[in-house]
Amino acid sequence: MTAAPAARLSAAADAPSPLARAAASRRPHVTIRGLSKRFDKAVIYDNFDLDIPRGELISVFGPNGCGKSTLINMIAGLTPVDAGEILFDGMRLNEIKFGYVFQNYREALFPWMRAFDNIAYPLKMMKVAPAERRLRTEKLVSHLGIKLDLNLYPYQMSGGQQQLVSIMRALVVDPEILFLDEPFSALDYEMTLFMREQLQKLFMESGTTMVLVSHDLEEAVYLADRVLLLSRHPARIADFPKVAVPRPRTDATLSDPEFVGIKAHCLDVFQREVRRA
Amino acid sequence: MNTKKLEAFLPIVGVAGLLAIWSLATWRQWVDPVLLPSPISTFKALWVGMDGGALGFDFVKTVYRTAVATVIASVIAIPLGIVLGASERLYRSLEFVIDFFRSTPASAMFPLFLVLFGVGDETKISVAAFGAVLVILFNVAYGVMNARKTRLLAAKVMGASRLRVLFDVMLLESLPQTFVGIRNGVSLALVVIVVAEMFIGSQDGLGHSVFEAQQLFEMPRMYAAIFAAGVLGYGLNLLFLLIERRFVHWSGK
Repeated sequence: MTAAPAARLSAAADAPSPLARAAASRRPHVTIRGLSKRFDKAVIYDNFDLDIPRGELISVFGPNGCGKSTLINMIAGLTPVDAGEILFDGMRLNEIKFGYVFQNYREALFPWMRAFDNIAYPLKMMKVAPAERRLRTEKLVSHLGIKLDLNLYPYQMSGGQQQLVSIMRALVVDPEILFLDEPFSALDYEMTLFMREQLQKLFMESGTTMVLVSHDLEEAVYLADRVLLLSRHPARIADFPKVAVPRPRTDATLSDPEFVGIKAHCLDVFQREVRRA
Repeated sequence: MNTKKLEAFLPIVGVAGLLAIWSLATWRQWVDPVLLPSPISTFKALWVGMDGGALGFDFVKTVYRTAVATVIASVIAIPLGIVLGASERLYRSLEFVIDFFRSTPASAMFPLFLVLFGVGDETKISVAAFGAVLVILFNVAYGVMNARKTRLLAAKVMGASRLRVLFDVMLLESLPQTFVGIRNGVSLALVVIVVAEMFIGSQDGLGHSVFEAQQLFEMPRMYAAIFAAGVLGYGLNLLFLLIERRFVHWSGK
């Protein structure tokens, strides 16, 4: 039984990482079919279809309250769906490993645990033995080359450091897919710029499929392989353009004509959708 | 320039001021010396009483009763509070009952508990425990209910079972509020115990000491016993604050 019909959107998945499972990279990773969701009387999604290509970083952008976060929360199983099916390579959520990074790192981390134990916690939930937990966490930290004192408690760290810990906690299980819900919006601008670089580095190294909700168009385009532009609710895909700017992207990328062009296009689509109300 | 250093001594100002006014008032005989003895004779009575005297014995008795009442209250209230807090529906259905008895003065229960347990220690301790249970229960349940939603979701998303979420997250999330409950509970227990020691056929304890000294017009001894009770109340609160700071290091951060 195949998971989904041939995908229309993942045709040209040029996986950014050597680690990406090259053989499977042509199939979509996540297939969403007939997704419906309403909150009271507001219909947020009505028979919504989407394919998320493997090994790509997808930014989700759209008008306020259109259901950006709701979408990833439904995919990640935090919000129940009213109807529809979400499959990962044909498998259900409970059969795969995934990570989720919350906007509010302060409330998402466990303040009673040191940063190291926070990062290792998901392994404990997977019933990995303590010695191996330690080993895998240390391996991840050294692999990422992040210089942080992980013996500190979260409240002893800066906001950016805490969010880095959250991201590492999400990555420690070797997730097949990583969800990030406005991960940098609680940080100051300087830290946001730094964290973008960190995330890009992590993405290029791991090749993990990532879905990022952002309310900052520049950030959304800068980080993405594709930008999922949503309409006002009930949300439709307004556009799903590819961002074919090579990585690693740098400050110079921000003035790259290609980048500027895509950003302008996304803004156009966004404005059109906002005015449609 | 030196104001920073001087600020450390600010708490002493009130104490010194109080002692100064007190000394002045007794020295100038503004107040009848029978009603207000001098600080020196009071602290002498305190010293003599605590240093192997009756007051020391009474002090230990009161500490014992308060401690037993608080331990009993905690053992009952903490698990119950967690269960109630974990299920908001259950808590809502019992909230009125808890709130009602929490608002009922514990001292009003003395006659009932006298009938149940007689005039011994059991009555004093159980009335104090009754008051403390409700205070602690209320705080623990609220601590559990107000666990950060994001933290619960984070645990869930990492694959924690409901039971795991309860023990790994809710329990720890509720600890700061639990300590608030225990501190309030122990204060209430002390109040109830001291009152009980005064009137419920008691032969010892700080309450008995205050009452007896007053009956015998031994005013320095009475003030000494009051101070001892004050020291005890302040000390218990401080003790739990220190325990909290040690074990709930993330509280308020």
